Amino acid sequence: MSADLFLTVFVAGVAAGTVFLFAAVGEIITERAGVLNLGLEGMMLVGAVTGFLVNHQFRQLWLGVLAAVVAGGALGLLHALLVVSFRTNQVVTGLTLVIFAGGLSGYAGESVVGVAPPATFEPVAIPLLSAIPVLGRVFFRQNPLVYLSYGLVVATWFWLFKTRPGLNLRSVGESPETADAVGISVTRTRYAAVVAGGGFAGLAGAYLSLAQSPSWVPNMTAGRGWIAIALVIFATWSPVRAVFGAYVFGCVEALGFRLQAVGVDIPSFFVSMLPYLFTIVVLVVISRDTARRRLAAPASLGNAYVREER
Amino acid sequence: MSATTAALRPRLVKRLLPSRATRLAVRIGAVAAAFVAAALFLLLAGNPIGPVFSALWSGSFGSAYGQAQTILAAIPLVFTSLAVAIAFRMLLWNIGAEGQFYFGAFGAAAVAYAWPEWPGPLLLTAMVLGGMLGGALWALVPGALRAYLGVNEIVPTLLLNYVAILWVDYLVNTAWRDPESLGFPLGVPFSAQATLPQLGDTAVHAGAIIAVIAALVIAVILRKTIWGYKIKVIGENRRAARYAGFSITRNIVGVMLLSGALAGVGGMVEVSGTVHRIQADISPGFGYTGIIVATLARFSPLLILPVALLFGALITGGVELQTIGLPSDIVLMLQGTILFFALAGELLVHYRIEWRRQAQTGSEGEPGAAGRAHPGAMPSGT
Repeated sequence: MSADLFLTVFVAGVAAGTVFLFAAVGEIITERAGVLNLGLEGMMLVGAVTGFLVNHQFRQLWLGVLAAVVAGGALGLLHALLVVSFRTNQVVTGLTLVIFAGGLSGYAGESVVGVAPPATFEPVAIPLLSAIPVLGRVFFRQNPLVYLSYGLVVATWFWLFKTRPGLNLRSVGESPETADAVGISVTRTRYAAVVAGGGFAGLAGAYLSLAQSPSWVPNMTAGRGWIAIALVIFATWSPVRAVFGAYVFGCVEALGFRLQAVGVDIPSFFVSMLPYLFTIVVLVVISRDTARRRLAAPASLGNAYVREER
Repeated sequence: MSATTAALRPRLVKRLLPSRATRLAVRIGAVAAAFVAAALFLLLAGNPIGPVFSALWSGSFGSAYGQAQTILAAIPLVFTSLAVAIAFRMLLWNIGAEGQFYFGAFGAAAVAYAWPEWPGPLLLTAMVLGGMLGGALWALVPGALRAYLGVNEIVPTLLLNYVAILWVDYLVNTAWRDPESLGFPLGVPFSAQATLPQLGDTAVHAGAIIAVIAALVIAVILRKTIWGYKIKVIGENRRAARYAGFSITRNIVGVMLLSGALAGVGGMVEVSGTVHRIQADISPGFGYTGIIVATLARFSPLLILPVALLFGALITGGVELQTIGLPSDIVLMLQGTILFFALAGELLVHYRIEWRRQAQTGSEGEPGAAGRAHPGAMPSGT
């Protein structure tokens, strides 16, 4: 394999990894507050179709992105309502959300299946930075949403670990009893975290339907939401480590197709299996490090907080 | 902090013994509420609701053809729901029934294509075994990872669905492709011996009987056998199970094998009884709908039968929707909404809502929040 092939894989890997990055950063915020959101896949689908429809209607890419964030956040609100206020089981609720949102996105997007979008996000070279050898081409000749992801990762990291509200959010995820005792509203914090995570998932969906593969196809996320959930564990709930993981997963997705493009004879069915199998392998490898991962996981993850029963 | 700001506010009071009647009422209420919510949604989206519900009805229970189709859709659902339920009895989330269903269909088809001339009863039995083996193997991977390496099963079972579907897709596009399929991803039709017989002169095939037997067998295993008792103890109290000397790893693997085998028989029954060949899209999400059915049936094998029938009706009703030009996706939304209401309604099973006029005292953030904790309250979550 030539060096150039590697370079194109990295370029495509960052582009393909960004969808995982958006979704995983959102899930990290949600899980850091102690709520598991398995509905990611469904929220991404609704984000993808919303972004596509709005762009289709108004020829406004950024309006599409904004609408996708709002749609994802709305589903987040539904998840929060159920798991925080109604104290439902977070696993079943998330799964049901995937089924519900899958249907909703299919219903909403029925008229635009296979329709070409009026505008798409195209790569833009950043002056100076894009001139850096190798790195410039990999990181600074991407589409604007990729640049947005760089900013959001840094902002999320800073907010979670260097600000008071971020500390409050993490304390709600670690020990809601303590947080409650010092006057932090567990309910409000969790609602905000789930809605924010949903917004990020919507953004991930819009990235898919407006930038990565500009189109609307039912179930076009094809399991990427689930891979993002695995990525959160891999990243031990850190947005910065999620960057690395997202690009690794992106490169795996890109690699198969590049190999095919240069004439390696693998049926496309097996190429498509690669990301799923790779994710399972990664989960196995990181399972050897159980102790560290258990310490990193928010202690109250998955549990409803019932003040009367603490 | 004046005592006169008395507002009527809801408070949740735990019921110590949730009654069976409330439970049933909440579930039926959830289905009704979901239909009302769906009607509102359709109205807001500008769809006529009359034709939608009449299509759902005539496509499912309202006609002889619809009734047969409903049962045909309920059969695979029973198997995937049983697969989810038995795993959940041990607090394992098998989200992979969809993939195990496909692998069961693959196993059954492999047998059907290898020995098409065997006599019917022998071939069908071998196909059931092939289906069980395929499904069990597919569930063994995440089961063993969970048992021996502690890898949570949710994501692996789910991701393997995509792999199994791609595998079947590959086969029906290559080795098993029907030369007369005109480019569609269809396998070669099964021989007559490889097709499950019809029941009388109905469109329903013998898979219906296998489904009922499977539900009965699982119910007996759970209630009357030592294995069932072990599953129950491990599911409810892992520490107690360990003290009792039950091998948790071995039981996780065993339950996942059984779970996968059940979903696999579902795949066999579907290709042998309904589709009569293997093809790319043999399931409209039976594995996922099975999660909803199993949850609504409270993971009880016998309750799964009627609930699967209801959801079979929704699936076939959804097909009918397409004839009036609406996407069958509406049915997926309806399925999700039913479970949302049922889950939310669970709160009413476990808690009583008391409306109280209570003066703000200022010492507590919310009125009476810390007042009445029940010392013996059960841990939350089912």
